[in-house]
Amino acid sequence: MTPDNATTFEALKIRCGQMPTSEFRGDTRVVIGQDKLLEAMRLLKGSRGFDLLVDVTCVDYLKYRDAAHRFGLVYLLANTATNERLTVRVYLDEPELAVPTMFPLWSGAEWLEREVYDMFGIEFVGHPDLRRILMPDEFTAFPLRKDYPLQGRGSGTIFKGFREPRPDANALCIVSVRLSFHVDR
Amino acid sequence: MSIAEPISEAEVESREDYLWTLNFGPQHPATHTTLRLVLKLDGERVVDATPDIGFLHSGFEKEGEHLDYNQYVTITDRMNYISPVANNVAWHGAVEKLLGIEITPRCKYIRTIVSELARISDHLLSTGAMGLDVGAFTFFLYAFYQREVIYDIFETLSGQRFHPSLTRVGGLAYDFTPLVIEKIRTFIKNFPVTLDDMERLLNRNRIFVDRTKGVGVLTKERVTNRSATGPVARASGVTRDLRKDEPYLAYADFDFQVCCATAGDCFARYYLRMAEMRESLKILTQAIENVPAGPINVGVDERKTLPNKAQVYQTIEGTITHFELVMANRGFEVPTEETYAAIESPNGELGFYVVGDGSNVAYRARCRPPSYIHFALFPELIRGHTLSDVVAVLGSLNIIAAELDR
Repeated sequence: MTPDNATTFEALKIRCGQMPTSEFRGDTRVVIGQDKLLEAMRLLKGSRGFDLLVDVTCVDYLKYRDAAHRFGLVYLLANTATNERLTVRVYLDEPELAVPTMFPLWSGAEWLEREVYDMFGIEFVGHPDLRRILMPDEFTAFPLRKDYPLQGRGSGTIFKGFREPRPDANALCIVSVRLSFHVDR
Repeated sequence: MSIAEPISEAEVESREDYLWTLNFGPQHPATHTTLRLVLKLDGERVVDATPDIGFLHSGFEKEGEHLDYNQYVTITDRMNYISPVANNVAWHGAVEKLLGIEITPRCKYIRTIVSELARISDHLLSTGAMGLDVGAFTFFLYAFYQREVIYDIFETLSGQRFHPSLTRVGGLAYDFTPLVIEKIRTFIKNFPVTLDDMERLLNRNRIFVDRTKGVGVLTKERVTNRSATGPVARASGVTRDLRKDEPYLAYADFDFQVCCATAGDCFARYYLRMAEMRESLKILTQAIENVPAGPINVGVDERKTLPNKAQVYQTIEGTITHFELVMANRGFEVPTEETYAAIESPNGELGFYVVGDGSNVAYRARCRPPSYIHFALFPELIRGHTLSDVVAVLGSLNIIAAELDR
């Protein structure tokens, strides 16, 4: 931990109370509560000079050993003047998957948060344009969640308004209609 | 009617009737890759642009959760395929940080050299394609001739031109042979001549300068606020360069400068890339003559890196290490931790956020893609400029759609 990090933690403690911090191979990390996030980030941006939001990402801890929470949001911050880096983590649990957007502080958060929303379904309250970005708009699942399989679930189950024939008595009838359609063509 | 009177939504719509919408892409020769822009035009002037991306999304991060630490390097090759080795180095840099491996000095030097070759290759493509889009065809051919030489070096080194997958956990797949070193030396000798020619072609070319100067201006404050890094940020006056600020690999050993421009327009971004290639050449010149002797991989007894075939078949330590790393129920000793490591890739800060869960496969492999972050800047760069400036701005940002969508 650099002296800069120690000062940052001290400032955070005064403003927002004691927070769990940790260090691993030179990365310093702090865990902030969902409700105090915006206040803490304002402090970090304003008086601690973290002017670069390096990345916003998320980890789904569904199958992680000894995990206490479902999702961990990760904000990677950097101070371009002092080269200080800080990893801010926020743990989220269903059903309250919403955090305030960081767009007013760092406008670079716009697309980064959209991607997290697209892949994990975390809602960023106050985001100006929270739509899917990489997946099509009609998609209904969140592909980077751990309960979503690698091979996907097939187009029939994850697109709105698309219904696949159910495997019952009617199914045979539908298949035959389709076949005759193709033969006619 | 007073000016301040509010106007209804229908009226706004009717006033905007004369604007028309143009779809640019997904298949368009000037996008070079697959991305779509919906442009709102007032005559030839772009009023607004809405990027629509995701056409090349193929779940690279999801695959990272199912391929082991060595296998995933082939996927990173396909992210920014213009400079694949930089991605390899970034990925295994992050993995080695997670696993706590200190690589050998020779490996550090070789990784530095290939990263700089990748940087030159990437900058040649981005300036070359930008020249091509604004009408400088000869410039593009000069650039691509030299890229071919770099591909040839990678082919000699790894057997692959495009996707070398050069790195492994704790080392490299291939060592430098005398032939590779000779080819790099020849490249270092010949490249400055081409670079001079290229600069003479465009730096004072009236058409090129008129089309790029003052187009797509980004201020220093905006650039950092929008998370941009690399050449895009440095062209606007930001001096941040991870090679200097957080020296990784062997960068601390070399004498080079961080290039910086203040104009922040397309011309500045072009000019900066040209200048950076000269600095890369400086690093290459110093590095290639000082490659330390010794092994490229960490020791076999550490059980951190795959031994080569001779070791596997002829020594018992090699056989055991190979067995330990390859068998599905064994493998690397991975802490249940998470870490982030970044390098200064040709396009900007390229980092990986890796979460380990004790198994051979990353629990989460997040890539921080510079192209994705830079493309978000596009609407504000193009607003108010003409349709023909779209290609100049796109070219200067160097958007690689495979990295954009992953």
